[in-house]
Amino acid sequence: MEDFLVWVVWVLAAAALLSSGIAVVLFSNPFFSALALIVNLASLAVLYLILAAEFVAAAQVLVYAGAIVVMFLFVIAYLGGRADAPWAGGPTLQSVAAIVAAGAIAVEVVVVVALKAGDRLANAAEIPATFGSPSEIGRLFLGPHLLAFEVTSIVLLVAAVGGVILGTAVPRERRG
Amino acid sequence: MTGPSVAAYLVVSVLLFATGAFGVLIRRSPLIILLALEIMLNAGNLALLAFSRHAGNGDGQIFALTVMVVAAAEAVVGLGLIVAVSRQRVELDVDRLTSLRG
Repeated sequence: MEDFLVWVVWVLAAAALLSSGIAVVLFSNPFFSALALIVNLASLAVLYLILAAEFVAAAQVLVYAGAIVVMFLFVIAYLGGRADAPWAGGPTLQSVAAIVAAGAIAVEVVVVVALKAGDRLANAAEIPATFGSPSEIGRLFLGPHLLAFEVTSIVLLVAAVGGVILGTAVPRERRG
Repeated sequence: MTGPSVAAYLVVSVLLFATGAFGVLIRRSPLIILLALEIMLNAGNLALLAFSRHAGNGDGQIFALTVMVVAAAEAVVGLGLIVAVSRQRVELDVDRLTSLRG
């Protein structure tokens, strides 16, 4: 019974994930796209919870929905969210090629999974109750993956400095 | 509480990735292209976490968190570039931003 409930939640979350992803791509108004991305991230967090990744799910909601999407919405409000109509003028060569390329990626991986998803992909490992908990993530980050942790801080610092420099207005007469 | 196997997650992940790739290829507004890039990064994250759960190894979650940080940095720099370009009174259309073309 519990397994059935997990399946129901999983199917609902996956359907919301894929349909909101398509909505992000197809809305002509960037504001609606950013709002659809929130639905996308929320349903992704549900899948993360089913995968026993509680800390990653919480970080995902905080970092993405709390910070990145808000930043997107500010920039869209600043630029005035103009609509670009991707479907104006019927199917072009570029749009057909885009559909073919995206479909090729999807078909390739689905075929590989179908061919190779034998017994090796069937049974998940037994995991302890602490799997994915903040204490376990912290032990991994400050133990075996300390270098990744430190490099991450440098990446964030460089991105912050770059954002400040890009956002600083240079007066027109001082421009070289 | 086990749920579907890793193969089902992989199929969802690749469908999401294909959606994002389609958006990057077909849209001309750089804002929507950035949103579609976030979708592609999230699809990769979903596959990482599915394999992490499948193998019972927490390293995949560390990888996913690092990808999330890189995605945040990428969004900051990308949005900064878009704002800087829009200050030059150039139309925000990736097909028309050709001043760097050799």
